[in-house]
Amino acid sequence: MQEIRLSGSGGQGLITAGIILAEAAVMEGKQAIQSQSYGPEARGGSSKAEVLIDDRFIYHPKVVNPQIFLAMTQQAMDKYSNDLTSESIIIVDEDLVSHPHGSQHIVKVPITRLSKEKLGRDLFANIIALGLLVKVTGAVSFETIQKAVAKRVPSATVAKNMEALRVGYESV
Amino acid sequence: MSEVKLMQGNEACAEGAIAAGVRFFGGYPITPSTEIAEYMAVNLPKVGGTFIQMEDEIAGIGVILGASLAGKKALTATSGPGFSLKQELIGYAAIAEIPAVIVNVQRMGPSTGQPTSPAQADIMQARWGTHGDHPMIALSPWTVREAFDVAVKAVNYAERFRTPVIILMDEVVGHLRERVDLPAAHEIQVYPRRVPDKTKAEGYKAYEPMDDLVPNPANFGTGFRIHCTGLVHDETGFPSGSPSVTEKTIKRLHEKIMRVQEEITHYDEFFMDDAEIAVVAFGGTARTAYAAVETARKSGQKVGMIRMMTIWPFADKVIRDLAKKVRKILVPEMNYGQYVYEVERAAAGQARVVSLPKYNAEVFTPDEIQQAIERLAAEVEK
Amino acid sequence: MKDYESLFRTNRLPHIWCPGCGNGIAMKAIAKAIAKLDLDQDKTVIVSGIGCSSRASGYMDFDTLHTAHGRALPFATGIKLANPDLNVIVITGDGDCMAIGGNHFIHACRRNIDLTVVLFNNNIYGMTGGQASPLTPVDKKATTAPYGTFDRPFNPCDVAKTAGATYIARGTAYHAAPLVDLIAQGIQNKGFSFIETLVQCPTSYGRRNKMGNATAMMKHMSETVIPLTAYNRLSAEEQKTKQPSGVLHTDVFPEYAAEYAKIIKQAGGDK
Repeated sequence: MQEIRLSGSGGQGLITAGIILAEAAVMEGKQAIQSQSYGPEARGGSSKAEVLIDDRFIYHPKVVNPQIFLAMTQQAMDKYSNDLTSESIIIVDEDLVSHPHGSQHIVKVPITRLSKEKLGRDLFANIIALGLLVKVTGAVSFETIQKAVAKRVPSATVAKNMEALRVGYESV
Repeated sequence: MSEVKLMQGNEACAEGAIAAGVRFFGGYPITPSTEIAEYMAVNLPKVGGTFIQMEDEIAGIGVILGASLAGKKALTATSGPGFSLKQELIGYAAIAEIPAVIVNVQRMGPSTGQPTSPAQADIMQARWGTHGDHPMIALSPWTVREAFDVAVKAVNYAERFRTPVIILMDEVVGHLRERVDLPAAHEIQVYPRRVPDKTKAEGYKAYEPMDDLVPNPANFGTGFRIHCTGLVHDETGFPSGSPSVTEKTIKRLHEKIMRVQEEITHYDEFFMDDAEIAVVAFGGTARTAYAAVETARKSGQKVGMIRMMTIWPFADKVIRDLAKKVRKILVPEMNYGQYVYEVERAAAGQARVVSLPKYNAEVFTPDEIQQAIERLAAEVEK
Repeated sequence: MKDYESLFRTNRLPHIWCPGCGNGIAMKAIAKAIAKLDLDQDKTVIVSGIGCSSRASGYMDFDTLHTAHGRALPFATGIKLANPDLNVIVITGDGDCMAIGGNHFIHACRRNIDLTVVLFNNNIYGMTGGQASPLTPVDKKATTAPYGTFDRPFNPCDVAKTAGATYIARGTAYHAAPLVDLIAQGIQNKGFSFIETLVQCPTSYGRRNKMGNATAMMKHMSETVIPLTAYNRLSAEEQKTKQPSGVLHTDVFPEYAAEYAKIIKQAGGDK
């Protein structure tokens, strides 16, 4: 079973990214769960989405052994890292998380900066993160994640989102 | 239908209600149930149904009772604070025998509590929240697919027994997205709105019970000119102050549901064959309990699990039989201890019943339940 | 005069509102009004309901009460009647005041009880994610109006007037400076005072309705909310796209707590 945690602040689109990842897994015939926790802030604060992928039915709906932990803010990094193990892989937005901790396996990518530089707005950061996650985890194929993203975003933005996925996928 | 997709518990519940024939939703926004309202807002008009956001929670249940009396299968959805507000009219639906489904996606309370955190602390309120004597049917799904199935069941029971039915979801299942294989439309059994058994000329009485103790009050606007009231009433539907009518009514309201108690008590058994300890759980907690029990079994513990879907009426016979079979019963629930008291009562001392309450607004971990099982197993019996 | 900043619980800041939210401006206007009137900080109580607006009470350094959804007014009524010497200010929102709290609103107006109610009107249910409110204009998108709203909104100032409020005003987050005086005058009114304050919600309302960012939304306020005198000079047709601001209505009527004090005196309980 793959256990993936995506975290950041409200408004960064991480819950959406988690949903798309789970949808992609279902498209490939797998079992998938997406759950989240968040506070009252629509913007800011911290929120996390968790995605579990397996071939059999998944009973407990939360991550127990985070294999992959994506943190897009330092606040989320600090708040949701209590259960990281030496096996966990931490992926951080290197400009927003100055102090990743909890495991030796750290992948640093300037996710939000890439979104601004390559796509003109920070809006695509979560999709870049998604491409990056798919590359690191191999949870689903690149083709499937493209299909899942295309299904979810407004049709006028599909091209940019596909580009964002590619940027993320090729960043590691 | 019959398709595989990722779906949210709340959405599946709404979809199940629509599949069962619900064509009216009235409610008020409240976390973590709002997705049900939003799903209904989009999808009810597509099937000719009506969605309305009312001015408050009480109006939310009032409007669906009106719609139900006028012939529409109806549903409302809320969480703790709204569930508290709706209680008077839930009792109204009970005594006036109006089919209606009330979804409570439980969150941490009391009062405003923690709107985005899960809990299972409205168990007793679902049974006793409204004043006076009344029975109650309450169902709790544990998977997203079951949220769909429970919605269908709830709507059918509401219609079949002419009663309010509560769906006790928790935020875990309500907000969970998981893969579902929804049934095809032809696979879904839908209980139709009951109709009068005679004409007015033949002596029709709106609240005359049929053989199943359930009356057939006619839909408004179908020529029967019935009277509906929350006052105690006789078979004509008109208020009665007679002690014998009052007693008969209260008794019948209870018996119409209790006579089918076993039929409507739904549960699953896992790993029970040679179990000496049983975990009794429901809703989101049952998922975690299953993971814990499965692991405990692998390490040699003789532990099994009963997963309750019907919360009310309480599963007296299931627990009574269980208490004769196992020595110890563990009841994990996301509250300070509520369902466990009923388990204890029904076990009647035949087995040791231990509460495992969790009330910090977080879900159980499999470890927590597994450790409790081990502690219980290690207990020396006197 | 006290510095308004000293009226905040700075250890509870920063607030949870989104960047661009107008609630902070409205909250600050209340603090400035209190400072301007030099109210006793220990004799001023802030009561709020539930919603984004109602989080304001937690940030202000007074006796503050964060009630249940829609119930600020009954609680506030109790506080005022129990101790009429207290200044009681209520912060509420669209749904809190005009939906679930609607019945309490019309009765508090009817009683003319000495409360100052500031309604942070952002035309949406913000906290719960963007559902339509009784103050959402027609033909707007909301999560519970996916096909567009069609039922007309209240004009809360009209409701307050019909129900008996004796001071009614409208301000906006754009017109932040005059807002302070509108609120201060409301506090000074010995009766039920109502100040509707338009605030922008770029996250739940603006974004879904393509109204641009916070700046654009405030610019829209500056263009569509005009002083009452200018509004009255417009034709009926022109008035349809504008709203009047400033003091809209005042009246004189016995205040509830003061009237009840007379009852106590009459019954001999004041000895």
